[in-house]
Amino acid sequence: MEGVKSQPDQVAPRSLWTVRGTLSKPLYRFIALTSFVLLLTAWWSVTASGIVDPMFLPSPQDVVGQAWNWATTDNLFADTGISIYRVMAGFALSALMAVPLGLYIGAFQPVRAFFEPLLEFSRYLPAVAFVPLVLLWAGIGEASKITVIWLGTFFQMVLMISDDVSRVPMSQIEAARTLGATNGEVIRKVLLRSAMPGMFDTLRLTLGFAWTYLVVAEMVAANSGLGYAILQSQRFLQTDRIFVGIIVIGIIGLITDQGLRFIHRRLFPWAKK
Amino acid sequence: MSTLLVSHLNKRFGGFEALRDIDLTLQSGEFVALVGASGCGKSTLLRIVGGLETRSNGVLEIDGQSITGPGHDRAMVFQDYSLYPWLSVIENVRFCRGLKAYRGQEANEAIRRADLLLDLMGLTRVRDSRPDQLSGGMRQRVAIARALMAQPDFLLMDEPFGALDTQTREVMHDLILHVKETEKSGILFVTHDVEEAVYLADRVVVLAPHPGHIDSVWHIDLPKRTQDLKLAPEFLTYKREITQRIRATSGMVSDLSALEALAAG
Repeated sequence: MEGVKSQPDQVAPRSLWTVRGTLSKPLYRFIALTSFVLLLTAWWSVTASGIVDPMFLPSPQDVVGQAWNWATTDNLFADTGISIYRVMAGFALSALMAVPLGLYIGAFQPVRAFFEPLLEFSRYLPAVAFVPLVLLWAGIGEASKITVIWLGTFFQMVLMISDDVSRVPMSQIEAARTLGATNGEVIRKVLLRSAMPGMFDTLRLTLGFAWTYLVVAEMVAANSGLGYAILQSQRFLQTDRIFVGIIVIGIIGLITDQGLRFIHRRLFPWAKK
Repeated sequence: MSTLLVSHLNKRFGGFEALRDIDLTLQSGEFVALVGASGCGKSTLLRIVGGLETRSNGVLEIDGQSITGPGHDRAMVFQDYSLYPWLSVIENVRFCRGLKAYRGQEANEAIRRADLLLDLMGLTRVRDSRPDQLSGGMRQRVAIARALMAQPDFLLMDEPFGALDTQTREVMHDLILHVKETEKSGILFVTHDVEEAVYLADRVVVLAPHPGHIDSVWHIDLPKRTQDLKLAPEFLTYKREITQRIRATSGMVSDLSALEALAAG
C-alpha cells in the first residue's frame, strides 16, 4: 500500500539540554565525578608546571603528604573531632530553639508579628562582628565557640522553618478544623507533620551554614580544631596545611549532606521533589 | 434529623460587601447546590456555614444552636490538596478518630465504619496506598470518606469535582447520590457547573454578585437520576433557565456586535 511505512519512525532521543529535563543516575554520577577529576587535574598541572610558587599553591601530593603528617605525628583526628562537636552543639542548640519558634511563627499571626521583623533585623547582623562581645559574655571556653555558631545559624533557621510551616496547604489545615481538631491538634497532627520534610531540608542547609562559621568560632581563644589549625597555618604560611583543613571540612560536609539526603528519602517517601 | 438555618446573614470584608441578607434552610438528607457567577460569594457562604469564616451579622444555627466556629457536625470537602500525604488511605479516613472531639466513642464501631466507608467509596483495593499514588478522582473519594467518618449532620462541599475530568466527574456524581441515600447527611454543594447542580440537587440556589445575594431558588423535580437524564428535555430546560439567570446576573453578556466590529477592523 502506498503511503504506509513498513519501518517504524526513528524517534530522536530526548535532548539532555531540555529545560527541567531528566538525566539517568549513572550519567549524573559520571558528570559529577568529572568535575572533581577536572578540578584535581587542573590543580595538579598548574603546580607540576612550576609556574606558581608552592607557597601560594601547594601541589596535591604536598597536601596529601601534609594530611598524612598531620594525622600521624600531629592531632588531625582530635582537631576534626572537636570541630565536629562545636558545629553540632551550636547547630543542635539553634535547631532546638528554631523548630518550635518557627512552628509557632508559622501557626499564629501575632507570634509572627512579634518575632519576624526582629529576626529579619538580626539576620543581617554579622556574626563575625559579635566575636568580641561573645568573648566578653561567654568567656573563652567552649560556650563562646558554640555561641558564635548559634549566632550564624539561628536567625536564618527560624525564618526558613516558619516558611516551611507557611507552605502547608490551607485546605489541609481547614479540613482538620472542620473535623473538630483543636489548635493544638492542628499544630501537632497537621502543621508539624506536613512541614517536616521541608524542615528536614532546612536543617540540612543550615548545617552547611554552621560549618562556614566554624573558622570564625575558632578565632575566639581556641587552641584546637580545624578552624584554629587553619588560622595557625596562616601565621606560619603553611598553605598546604590550610588546604588540608579546608578539604577535610569539605569532605565532612559532603558526607553529611549525602547522608541526610538519603535519610530524607527514607523518612519521607511521600514528599517528592 | 437536623436543620441548618441561615437567616438575614450578612458578610463584609472591610468595606467590601460580600453577602447581603442570605436566607437558607437545609435539612438532613437534603441536597442543596449553590451556583452563581464568580464573585457571587457562594464559596464564602459555604465557608461561613463551615465556621471557617465569621459572619458580620445574622442568624446561623443548627437546631437552634448558634454556630460560632468549625465543628465535626459540618465536615468539609475541598477541591484539592486537603489529604494528608504522609498517611495511607485508611489512616486519612480514620484521621478524625485520633482527635479529642471523638474520645470515648466506641472503637470497634469506628473500625467497622471506616471499612464500610472504604467499601462505599470503592477504596478497599487502595486501603494502604498513599494519596500521591492515587488518581485525582480516587483522592476525592478519600476526602469524602474522611469527612463522612465524622458522621456529620451536614456535608459541605466546595467545588469538590472541579479539578476532575468529565468522565471521572460523572462517576463521582452517581457515587455522591449513593452517599446521600445511605448516609442521610444534608449536603451543601458549591459548584460553577449548572449541569452538575441540576443533576445532584433537590434545590439549586442561584447567587448573584455585587453584593452577593440570593437571586432565585429552583426546586428540581426530576425522576431518578441516571446519566441519560442529562439529555432529557425537562433536564435541559432547568439547565437552560438557570444558566440564563446566572448570565443575566453576572453582567457579563458579550456584546457580539462590538466583537464583530472589532474583527472587521
